[in-house]
Amino acid sequence: MTRIWLLITGVLAIIVFATSLLVVIPNTMIGQVRAPRQLADYTPQQARGREVYVSEGCVYCHSQQVRDPVYTSDKARGWGPRATVPSDYIYDKPHQLGTMRTGPDLINIGVRQPSEQWHHTHLFNPRSLMAWSIMPAFPYLYEVRDSASIKPGEVAYSVAGGKLPPGKVIVPTADAEALVAYLKSLKRTYPVPTGDEPAARSIGGRSEHTMP
Amino acid sequence: MSATLLPPTVIELASPITDMENLDIRLRADASSRQVAIRAFAFAVIWLLVGSVFGLVASFKLHMPDWLVGNAALTFGRVRSAHLNAMAYGWASSAMLGVSVWMVPRLVHTELRVAKAAEAGLYFWNVGMVLGIIGILAGYSDGLEWLEMPRYWADPFFVIGGGLVGLSLLSTIAMREVEHLYVSVWYIMAAFVWFPIIFVIGNWPTFSGVESAAVNWFYAHNALGLWLTPVCLAAAYYFIPKILGRPIYSYQLSLLGFWTLGFFYSLNGMHHLIGGPLPTWMVTTSVVASGLMIIPVVAVGVNQHMTLNRRFGALRYSPTLRFIVFGAVAYTLVSLQGVFMAFREVNRLTHFTHVTVAHAHVGLYSFVTMIMFGSIYYILPRLLGREWISERLISWHFWTVGIGQIVYLVPLTVAGMVQGAAMSDPNSTWQQVVQAMLPGLIGRSIGGTLLTIGHCVFAYHVFLMFRGATPRQGLPPFHEVAPIITRRSKATFVPGGIA
Repeated sequence: MTRIWLLITGVLAIIVFATSLLVVIPNTMIGQVRAPRQLADYTPQQARGREVYVSEGCVYCHSQQVRDPVYTSDKARGWGPRATVPSDYIYDKPHQLGTMRTGPDLINIGVRQPSEQWHHTHLFNPRSLMAWSIMPAFPYLYEVRDSASIKPGEVAYSVAGGKLPPGKVIVPTADAEALVAYLKSLKRTYPVPTGDEPAARSIGGRSEHTMP
Repeated sequence: MSATLLPPTVIELASPITDMENLDIRLRADASSRQVAIRAFAFAVIWLLVGSVFGLVASFKLHMPDWLVGNAALTFGRVRSAHLNAMAYGWASSAMLGVSVWMVPRLVHTELRVAKAAEAGLYFWNVGMVLGIIGILAGYSDGLEWLEMPRYWADPFFVIGGGLVGLSLLSTIAMREVEHLYVSVWYIMAAFVWFPIIFVIGNWPTFSGVESAAVNWFYAHNALGLWLTPVCLAAAYYFIPKILGRPIYSYQLSLLGFWTLGFFYSLNGMHHLIGGPLPTWMVTTSVVASGLMIIPVVAVGVNQHMTLNRRFGALRYSPTLRFIVFGAVAYTLVSLQGVFMAFREVNRLTHFTHVTVAHAHVGLYSFVTMIMFGSIYYILPRLLGREWISERLISWHFWTVGIGQIVYLVPLTVAGMVQGAAMSDPNSTWQQVVQAMLPGLIGRSIGGTLLTIGHCVFAYHVFLMFRGATPRQGLPPFHEVAPIITRRSKATFVPGGIA
């Protein structure tokens, strides 16, 4: 090759083509997805919890997507009644779909595990509930205090499994409260909104979602 | 070409000028890039050590989950991101900046132009790195894989930094004193045009939901395919013929490999979201493009193999060639592995498992990092005017990282597959899934420790070079190797023509 301009033109053409196909066109298509009726935007506290989820890097072990039951065992594992669709994620910025399952999927953790007590003791030390868990402990999201020092109206939790000395309890920080509020909000169990069915999004109405 | 074979490094790659003139051209080229390249390698080695520490801590945390949990900055999710960014953008990219500014002037027979801009670019890049890593550890991650460094405080430094180095390289190429552009120049030019574009698109702040996911993986796969890969292939295309003293096997294959790499690789990203909530046609596009990656991979693999053919003995004598060929072979293998992992039936087993992490390390380590090690072994003595101090240290480096990779990759890949099989069986409990991956996670920590030992050996050796433990010498490094490599050919040895 001897012509620089030809090389640069080709190189630019490649990236323009790829960007059009995988960024611009999908943007116009998915951009029209409407919010499902049953899905509310995050409250300020839940949004704060989502920021904690992002900054602690939960996504590196937990996905947030249920894939097609024909293709995967996600539904059979109890992670959700149906495959998730684009409108389920309309309020998610940045996305946290994830690419790794060192831990289980969380897109419906709010349905599976509604107990705040469970979440707080689990976040404080996962091995207080499951000895085999390899999830990091997050003690810095909690204050450890004497149970005698808890005033009426304050929320405190005891931790099982010998992870706290006797007489001590944990008090969640605002970040821990927000994170648990976010986790409890993760529910995508309503029926797929009209117009957002997988088949409607695939060329010719066929996709892996609809194949027998 | 057997009868006309010349000793290593005598042949200038794309020019008929005589040896002594070429030597002069190379000396001028090296002098012009010396300052930028040396600093780039110094930064790169520092990031290599920093990234190794983050990587080790993250790896050990996965099987010692109560270790270092008291401080948010040391939680797994943050340290893991710090590792990835320190390695991909700190170590690999800084080294690539150094290799690029050194290689291009040599290939176009002129001095590096606007070298000050290139140097400023390198500083911008590394300031961005420091801010980015601090941002991640302090909890200001952007939350997108490969794009964690804070969008507004850190990322502009990479666009400006990469742009400035690119400006210097393009100016150099524009002022070239050769007619023909060698294949390495195509790859480097392309990479420096592509990187700022994809990095800005990846960081664009308006996307949400599944679009955010699509743009995330559009960027993340292109960071490998359109940034790291082209520069490392450029290095392989430079050093293999350079050290063997024979031209590249086929010009046509280089052309085919180059254009198909750009065209197919740029469409690969959505295979990270197979089965996910994206429009299926997007995923299918990427699966097809991933399959078509066989074309550039085989073109490059055959081209480089045929260049090496019947000269494999040279691997025993040239440390550069040993690392580069290791990397080139790994490129072929990891790409073919990637093709298969993109097929839906394979992906349903490997997706969401540690097979992906192992695969990423075959790419980023066995290919990219090994090529960069080999390049630095060749370039640094020529810039500092002194030979590497110890053959034994080079040997230790090669074997610790060589064995370290096997110990890292094999158990992790196998454990990932067992993890995938356990996950696809709805009757297995999550405890069984976790126990399936544990042997691989522990193997990775052992392998990662070996890699880190190798990095310390390498860094120590580089430190000795910088400190000037050996006298400057007139003869170029490894000059005595030349007659050994070509002994079996009928070539006449031309003394003194090596640089």
